[in-house]
Order: sequence, then C-alpha cells, then structure tokens
Amino acid sequence: MRDKLPPEPPGSEVTPEKLYLRRRELIKNAGLFAGTAAVVGGGLYLLGMKRTRPMDGFVPDAGAVAQPVAPAQGVFDTDEPRTPYEDITTYNNFYEFGLDKNDPARRAHALKTRPWTVVIDGEVHKPWTVDVDQLISAFPLEERVYRMRCVEAWSMVIPWLGLPLGKLLERVQPTSFAKYVAFTTLEDPEQMPGQKSPVLDWPYVEGLRLDEAQHPLTLLATGLYGKQLPPQNGAPLRLVVPWKYGFKGIKSIVRITLTREPPPTTWNLTNKREYGFFANVNPAVDHPRWSQASERRIGETSRRPTLPFNGYAEQVAGLYRGMDLKRDF
Amino acid sequence: MASSKLPWLNPAIAVGGLAPLLQLAVLGTQGELGANGIEFALNQTGLFALAVLIASLACTPVRLVTGWTWPARIRRTLGLLAFTYAAAHFLTYAVLDQGLDVRAMAEDVFTRPFITVGFTALMLLAPLAVTSTNKWVRRLGFPKWQRLHRLAYVAAVLGVVHFVWRVKKDVTEPVLYGAVLALLFAVRLGEALRKRRALARERPA
Repeated sequence: MRDKLPPEPPGSEVTPEKLYLRRRELIKNAGLFAGTAAVVGGGLYLLGMKRTRPMDGFVPDAGAVAQPVAPAQGVFDTDEPRTPYEDITTYNNFYEFGLDKNDPARRAHALKTRPWTVVIDGEVHKPWTVDVDQLISAFPLEERVYRMRCVEAWSMVIPWLGLPLGKLLERVQPTSFAKYVAFTTLEDPEQMPGQKSPVLDWPYVEGLRLDEAQHPLTLLATGLYGKQLPPQNGAPLRLVVPWKYGFKGIKSIVRITLTREPPPTTWNLTNKREYGFFANVNPAVDHPRWSQASERRIGETSRRPTLPFNGYAEQVAGLYRGMDLKRDF
Repeated sequence: MASSKLPWLNPAIAVGGLAPLLQLAVLGTQGELGANGIEFALNQTGLFALAVLIASLACTPVRLVTGWTWPARIRRTLGLLAFTYAAAHFLTYAVLDQGLDVRAMAEDVFTRPFITVGFTALMLLAPLAVTSTNKWVRRLGFPKWQRLHRLAYVAAVLGVVHFVWRVKKDVTEPVLYGAVLALLFAVRLGEALRKRRALARERPA
C-alpha cells in the first residue's frame, strides 16, 4: 500500500495548508477576542447602568416665566456663582421618583402639578384649603439666591423664586398653641413610582419649629432661575430652609399643619442616629459615617470648608441660643 | 478541553475590562460625567472593583461545578483587573475627592468604619497583586501562595461591607453582591467538606 503513494513534494513546495488553517484560526481568534472583550466591557457597562450619568436625565424646557418677579431682595442673597440650571435640574434627591440622582429628572416630568390643592390647617385661626395658583398669586414672589448644602456633603447656589413662609403663616393666623409646622408631600404611587418601594415611610413628612418657619430666610419656593419649578425640584411648591441640610426642604407639598408637638420627620424616622429633627448645617457635627467639615460645590473640583448654619449664622444662630447643637443636631 | 490554548481569552478580558476605566478617564477630563463627576467616578470604580473581584473568586467554584478548566486561566487577569479598579477608586478619592489632604484622609481611614474597611480591602489586595506572578508562586511554594491568596475572599467581604455602609438607605444592590459572594463561599466549603470526607475514607481508623 505504502509504495503506491506518490512521492511527497519537496518541503519548499508544500501548499501552505497550515498557513491557510492558521489564517482561519487567526480570524476565528480575532472574532472570539472581540466578542469576549465586548461581553466583558458590556457586562461592566450594564452593572454600572444603574448609575447612569446624571446628565443623561431630562433637562426640562425653560418653560414660561412664572409670575412677575420682585427683584432679588439683596440682604439674604449670596453673590457666589450660581450653579448651572442643568445641574440643578438633573442632580436631585427625590426618592419618590427613584434613588439615583438622575431618576427624578428622567421620571418626574409626568407629575401632574396642576390642578394642585394645598391644605393649611391645624392650630390656626383661619384654615385655608387653596389652589396652588391662587396661593402663589396671593403673595408677591421674591427671588432669593441661596446656598444649598446637602447632607451628602455637596452644595449648590440656587436662585429660587418664592414667597416667605412667614407671610403665609401670618395670613392663616397661628393660635397661641401652635409651636411647630408640619409639612406633607403628595402620596400617589401611580405618579410617584418610587413610593411603590418601601425605602422610606410614605408620604414624606418634614417639620420646623414655628420660629424657624417664621424666619424671613424660610421660603416656599415656586420657581428657580425665574422659571416655574420643574417637577424634579419639587413642583409646584417646596420648602427651602437654607441653613439646614437639603432633606429638610420637602418637595411637592400638599399639606401644611400647625401643631403643638414636634411633628415626625421622614429621615429622622428612618435613622434617628444619623438625621436629627433640626438638621442645621454644622461642620462640627459629623454624620456618623462621613465628615461634614467640608463639601463639594457642584461644578468645582476641590472641596471647600462647610460653614456653620451654611453661612447664615449671623441671621439664624440666635434661634438656637442655649441649645446644645451636638445633641440637638 | 477542546480548545487548549485560547490565546485570545486573557487579552480580551483585559481590554474589555479596562474599556470602562478608559471611558471614565476620557469623559472625566472633558467634564462629561455629570453634575458631580467625582462622585460618579468613585461609584463606578468602586462598583467595578467589587464586581470583578467577585468574578475572580467565582473562577474556582465555576470550575468545580461545571468541570470547565478555562475559568482557572482567567483568574489572575480578573484579580489584577479588580486591583486596578480598587486602586483607581482609591486614587479618585485621594487625589480628586480629598485633594491629597493627608489629615482629612487619615481621619477618614482611622475614624470612619466605612472607609476603614474599604481601605483595608485595598491593603489586602496590594500584596496579592504583587505576588500574582508565576515567579512568586514558585518563590512562596504553591500551598503557601494559595493560603495567602485566600485573602481575596476577606477583601471581597470587606468590599461588600464598605458598599453596605456607604449607601444612604437602600441596601438591595450591596446585599445582592453579598449573596453572590456567600454562594461562592458555600460551593468552596462544600468542596472542602467533600474532600475531607474522601480523605477520611481513604485512611480508615
């Protein structure tokens, strides 16, 4: 049998079958390489997706300017550079729409903010159930450029538009028993999908001592940058208390109730040790898990020192005279 | 095994695994990471470090369960990739977040448990990265080297704790990573018990 085979061609003439096969193998390997790299990279991408870039959120259209604006009052305004509109409207904590910073921008635009009724009741002589537009038009709106310091150690400078809460309280006339003001956010899991998850006790509630609520710095905001408040920032009506951590600024308010006793507040209910009722910005009292001594101003790289009462000590420190701010944090 | 060489496997994992880091660096220098780019970079690098570390720890359990041998061949690449992300995570914190403020960082590392455990995890991974070469396996001897590299499990547990303590409220995601880690540990524990029983049967009393 062996003898019948033709003689092998010399080595130099061998058809480069091996080379040919190698070429195929190379192509195959290149394909496998690219495929595997894509799967690994894509897998990591998907894992990180939950934290998509905040900027991927929906930047609301400028919209109509709300109402005639009274000029910025001046005395309380900071002249620090204002945080860009896009950052203010795409980097939000509003757990009613999800836990990530860009969830509110992506999901809150469906919130129906008109018609909207606000109930003001409790220890007042003149309880008032009022349509939000009627409420807003009952007071001259003011522009206030405030620092906002989040408990997570970042901060912004926001030109709010709104009415001093004290003016509204004057109108409903607190009784002599009124010592606190309680606020409640809308509860509507259909519109606020985050409320379907038990991450917080819904609805979100907040509270102030009456003298804090009456302080001229305390604002009920209805807009920012001269425009109507976008839903992700708490439309149609939200609280702004610039010397306190941001979570005190309850959003999309439906009820304001004056009370005799300190009202429950959501983050305090969630974790008493980490979040107090007062929540005054205080660089000397750290969050149990992180430092509050410094903060990152959105748009800046290096940190800046955090100021007592967020820089409003001159105006508000008197409210807490004699109190131990380390205990009543 | 059908394909005994798989020359493309480790390069593919390195390239695919490093692509997100490159993307972060490019977008970061262009200021395209959103309102709080540093926080975003911290979250991404930390998440990837933990995910890839757990993937590296999955290699042996996957081999035990399926009989495949290729997972063992990518373990080192995954481990080094995890260390790369952990180091990038720390450097983002130290350089960009803290501006190399040594006092503030020392305070963080020594007084804030969530940072203490994260930092410890990185410190555990560093010697593993250094001793990941074949030369080091020979120098230490395999049993000793293997014992040392079990620290990767400790680092992963610390990584999960770091993640749990970092989130403000919703621990679903970190707990998910913890559950995967527990599953991997259970597979290895089961294998160790099986081996011990087999050994006991070989040597009757």
